[in-house]
Amino acid sequence: MPGVLVVSRWEARKLVSQKRTYLGLAAAMAAPLLFVTALALRDGAPEDAPFGASVRSSGLAIPLLMLVFGSIWLFPLIAALVAGDIVASEDQNGTLKTILTRSTGRGRIFFGKAVVAAVYAILAITLMVVTAILAGSLESGFNPLKTLTGTEVSALRATALVFVSLGVYLLPLLGVVAIGLLLSTVTRNSAAAVVGTLMCSLLMQLIGVLPGLEGVRPYLLTSQFDAWQGLLREPIDTAPIVHAAWVCPLYLVPAIAVAWLVFERRDVAGG
Amino acid sequence: MTAPPVEARGLTKVYGDLTAADQIDLRVETGEVYGFLGPNGAGKTTCLRMLLGLIRPTSGDARLFGRDPLAEGASALDGVAGFVEAPRFYPYLTGRKNLELVAALDGGDARSRIDDALETVELADRAGDKVGGYSHGMRQRLGIAGALLREPRLLLLDEPATGLDPAGMRDMRLLIRRLSADGITVLLSSHLMDEVQELCTSVGIVRRGRMVYQGPLADLLATAAGRYRMTTSDDDRAAAAGAQRRGLRDVTRRDGHVSFIAADPQAVEELSLALAADGIALRSLVPVSATLEELFFAITEGDGLADASAPPAERPTLEVA
Repeated sequence: MPGVLVVSRWEARKLVSQKRTYLGLAAAMAAPLLFVTALALRDGAPEDAPFGASVRSSGLAIPLLMLVFGSIWLFPLIAALVAGDIVASEDQNGTLKTILTRSTGRGRIFFGKAVVAAVYAILAITLMVVTAILAGSLESGFNPLKTLTGTEVSALRATALVFVSLGVYLLPLLGVVAIGLLLSTVTRNSAAAVVGTLMCSLLMQLIGVLPGLEGVRPYLLTSQFDAWQGLLREPIDTAPIVHAAWVCPLYLVPAIAVAWLVFERRDVAGG
Repeated sequence: MTAPPVEARGLTKVYGDLTAADQIDLRVETGEVYGFLGPNGAGKTTCLRMLLGLIRPTSGDARLFGRDPLAEGASALDGVAGFVEAPRFYPYLTGRKNLELVAALDGGDARSRIDDALETVELADRAGDKVGGYSHGMRQRLGIAGALLREPRLLLLDEPATGLDPAGMRDMRLLIRRLSADGITVLLSSHLMDEVQELCTSVGIVRRGRMVYQGPLADLLATAAGRYRMTTSDDDRAAAAGAQRRGLRDVTRRDGHVSFIAADPQAVEELSLALAADGIALRSLVPVSATLEELFFAITEGDGLADASAPPAERPTLEVA
């Protein structure tokens, strides 16, 4: 029986053949390009945001600032764009029955899709970071970066820290992917799943700022989008990263498990 | 003994208040072309989906070559291929890429059969075009090509000729006949009676979710054999005379004619002589042969005249007007 990787390879080929795939990737690259363009044309800097004050002294502050801004809706949306669509679109097009009546079991089909949805989110955010480093360095220089504790790290070390931060950032982002897959499987409607995933993300952020609910905040998936900032302190604060490392699976694992079980057992009618 | 290609027992699917399939027993033997008939909404597609493991029956079970698609998943579909409703493909991929995709999900050497399959359904010259630009008929044929990649021993086809133009229908029938001649068992749902009468050796007829007839097509057609209709100079007396003769039954006086069922041609000959002897002149005496279509309407639009579970001898006769 063909395995998960065979499914993933074909899922990837399907994505490559669809325009919407490039929309998310283009948006991921456009965000830092637009920001750098604005920097070049206008004075001032987003002083209030983490690394906002450093965007003119080091290009390496720009990918980090993008991580901060992107967590509000851009990256959850890009992650949802494929994760929310990858099962539901097959439902809507009637192609689910086409692939489920071959020799590959439902579990492999599901996990093949899940892998590709995750890879897409990783690819989008990596493209953003690489674009931001290149464009930021062109505009503000490949210079040492001022950390959140005020000390400076070399440009090379800062670059490494940006990529490690990216890795930590993926923890909650993959949680969003898992929610997207769940909604995609359950709603059978691509638009509902994409929008629903984004709404989940926004709702969690809203809960996080509601007065009286401060106690919940550390356990929200979206709060983990800040965990990487511990890396940009001296000394490095690993506590938020460790926290994110166990909070994110609390969202990811049940979402994937439920989505998988639903996919395994559900009726494929329509189409 | 090897298990039959299809054996379903008590297949039932309930959606809320609607019973889409109600205790369906279905058996297809090796080498048959089985016509699965019923009006739209009778439950044909629901049954096919259950056979392919796409939906779970509320109760009952299905076996394909003795294997349960619900318990064993995709591996129970070894040697089985087909489609329910219209075959669906990815419109943004070419015909060939679509086949490569499903072949990859089949594994084995399915990919090596793509060229042959395209050739068989006469799509080789359009294989490089995106499926989004295909006509309905081309998609149906691509669906068959996709099925052939699996080297099926059993083909499940849901209304394969629906929506095709006359030439497309003819080609589809030729193709099915050829595949059947190659030894593939075919289960084909349809509401095109001439198609079924032309292609099928056995039929199952569903009506409102229930199987109302299942058996060889010839047996079904034979249920209406021996029926005659006559007009005479005095139909009342003719009906009375006929009712007393051995070898005739169901003699009924109807508007403008008398109809009856004769056990053999000799009984008809004797009747005509007896009528002449009684001074009743025959104006016409014609055998009434029923088409599958007439039988189908009699079964599916009557009050459930036939009972699939009864052996043929006990089955109520079908009145074909």
